[in-house]
Amino acid sequence: MAYPRDEDLYQERILEHFEEPYHRGHCPLATHAHEDDNPLCGDVVGVELQIDCDRVCQAWFHGDGCCISQSAASMLVQAVEGQTIDKIKSMTAADMLALFGARLTPNRQKCCLLGWRVLQAALYSPTTASTDARLPNSLPNERDHDCP
Amino acid sequence: MTALDRSPLDAAALRADFPILATRLHATADDPGVPLIYLDNAATTQHPRQVIQAIVDVYENQYANVHRGIHWLSEQSTDLYEQAREKVRAFINAPGIDEIIFTPGTTESINLVARSWCDANLKPGDELLLTEMEHHANLVPWQQAAARTGAVLRHIPVTDEGQLNLSTLPSLLSERTRMVAVAAVSNVLGTINPVSQIVAAAHAAGALVLVDAAQSAPHTLTDVQALDADFVAFSGHKMLGPSGIGVLWGRRELLEAMPPFLGGGNMIRRVRLDGFEPNELPAKFEAGTPPIVSAIGLGAAIDYLGRVGLAAVHEHELALCRHAHRRLAEIEGARLLGPAPEQKSGIVSFTLDGVHPHDIAQVLDRHGVAVRAGHHCAMPLHKRFGLNATARASFYLYNTLDEVDRFADALLDCRRVFHRRSIHRPI
Repeated sequence: MAYPRDEDLYQERILEHFEEPYHRGHCPLATHAHEDDNPLCGDVVGVELQIDCDRVCQAWFHGDGCCISQSAASMLVQAVEGQTIDKIKSMTAADMLALFGARLTPNRQKCCLLGWRVLQAALYSPTTASTDARLPNSLPNERDHDCP
Repeated sequence: MTALDRSPLDAAALRADFPILATRLHATADDPGVPLIYLDNAATTQHPRQVIQAIVDVYENQYANVHRGIHWLSEQSTDLYEQAREKVRAFINAPGIDEIIFTPGTTESINLVARSWCDANLKPGDELLLTEMEHHANLVPWQQAAARTGAVLRHIPVTDEGQLNLSTLPSLLSERTRMVAVAAVSNVLGTINPVSQIVAAAHAAGALVLVDAAQSAPHTLTDVQALDADFVAFSGHKMLGPSGIGVLWGRRELLEAMPPFLGGGNMIRRVRLDGFEPNELPAKFEAGTPPIVSAIGLGAAIDYLGRVGLAAVHEHELALCRHAHRRLAEIEGARLLGPAPEQKSGIVSFTLDGVHPHDIAQVLDRHGVAVRAGHHCAMPLHKRFGLNATARASFYLYNTLDEVDRFADALLDCRRVFHRRSIHRPI
């Protein structure tokens, strides 16, 4: 059997993110955070963001679960750092699957999309510790800040 | 291989009866792929040609609706359907053929009792006694019944070894206990539960007993009279039969006293605009057109199992289970759930340190090995062991020792994939 294959789930790039993830832990100055699970398999992903001036300055994740859910979350937080909120909000499920790269069956797409789903919710979930806590549906914007 | 690994079955010969087992997976133009190793039998089993042919024969020669037509074809179809019922009766040694209710599966069999018997008999404060190791299908219908009636749910705990802790029975059973529902075999741990002992204790307390035999009926002899239970439920698709057919056996006097579950055709004797009279057993509980062809297919599966012999099937699975336990014990980080092979059915649930069960199943699939990964519809049991998910290999009469070896070798590859750094990078 040819192994590994190009489309193989456990290719080097994905295993690198699983075993040496980007920003796995807690965001020191988190302004927004959300956590959720996939009850069918027990995968958990939490995302913590530092948002300033409509931009995600830092993105961290934590969680527990399969290689797909955790490596996808690692790729995602790495990809969104420095991006504007509008850009992140426009990111679709298809974009997330494309970012992950490997071909996934529908069942495993749920694993891959868990972090993306949590990130989208985190954008609307200011932390209580945040000095800038607002109504859940509002986001920081330039009118409220002295932005460069 | 030891003397204990000897099986009374010639599994290699039986495999010729199962067309799907010749499948090769992941083949490409320059790669012949790998043979299918089907180890997901606790979820559902494959079909021998004899069952497939019986189904084809009905559709090609005898199919019509049952119990309705005066015409010749309906008589043929009805005869075959009722012959299947008689085969089921003999299979579980039930006293009467009209105590055999055909249902779509174990889940609906249990729901039938939980809805019909519970709603007619339970009052607030009555108790239903379940166990921590039940499949969701033997938890949720009783939770729903408790919510409707005000009854209280209690549970027999599971020990760290994966056995029911029966020392708790005296404190859990009381005159308030009305029904005890227990799996004969755990679909996760494989544990063979002491059902006769539970039945005796429950009856002494005045409670009825429903046995979820979904994981036991395909693998060991079921004798409802020796078991002395009040209801027994199982499915056709876990015993070489088609999906969509299951059985509820109940004591005649209980079934006769229970109101119908679903309303519709066949379950009535007479209908007026303002009411109805229910039919006799078993039609009373078979509303609508039943799964005619699936029932006939189940009859063919029972014929096949009868020729092989369930005692031999059990011995064969024990040999596979012993071999699997021995091989997994040699794999670093592999942890087995449940008791020793001698105390369980052919189910091997396990975890591999540092690898999520979904990833285990995915890597095994690259090797052609089909196992289940997840909570196997038993979330409370997984919580009891502090786990979100496990991987599960489950055997049947067509599996071989060679397949168990390939499964174990694939697990070693799984370790290689996920522990590269511990291998290549000394800490």
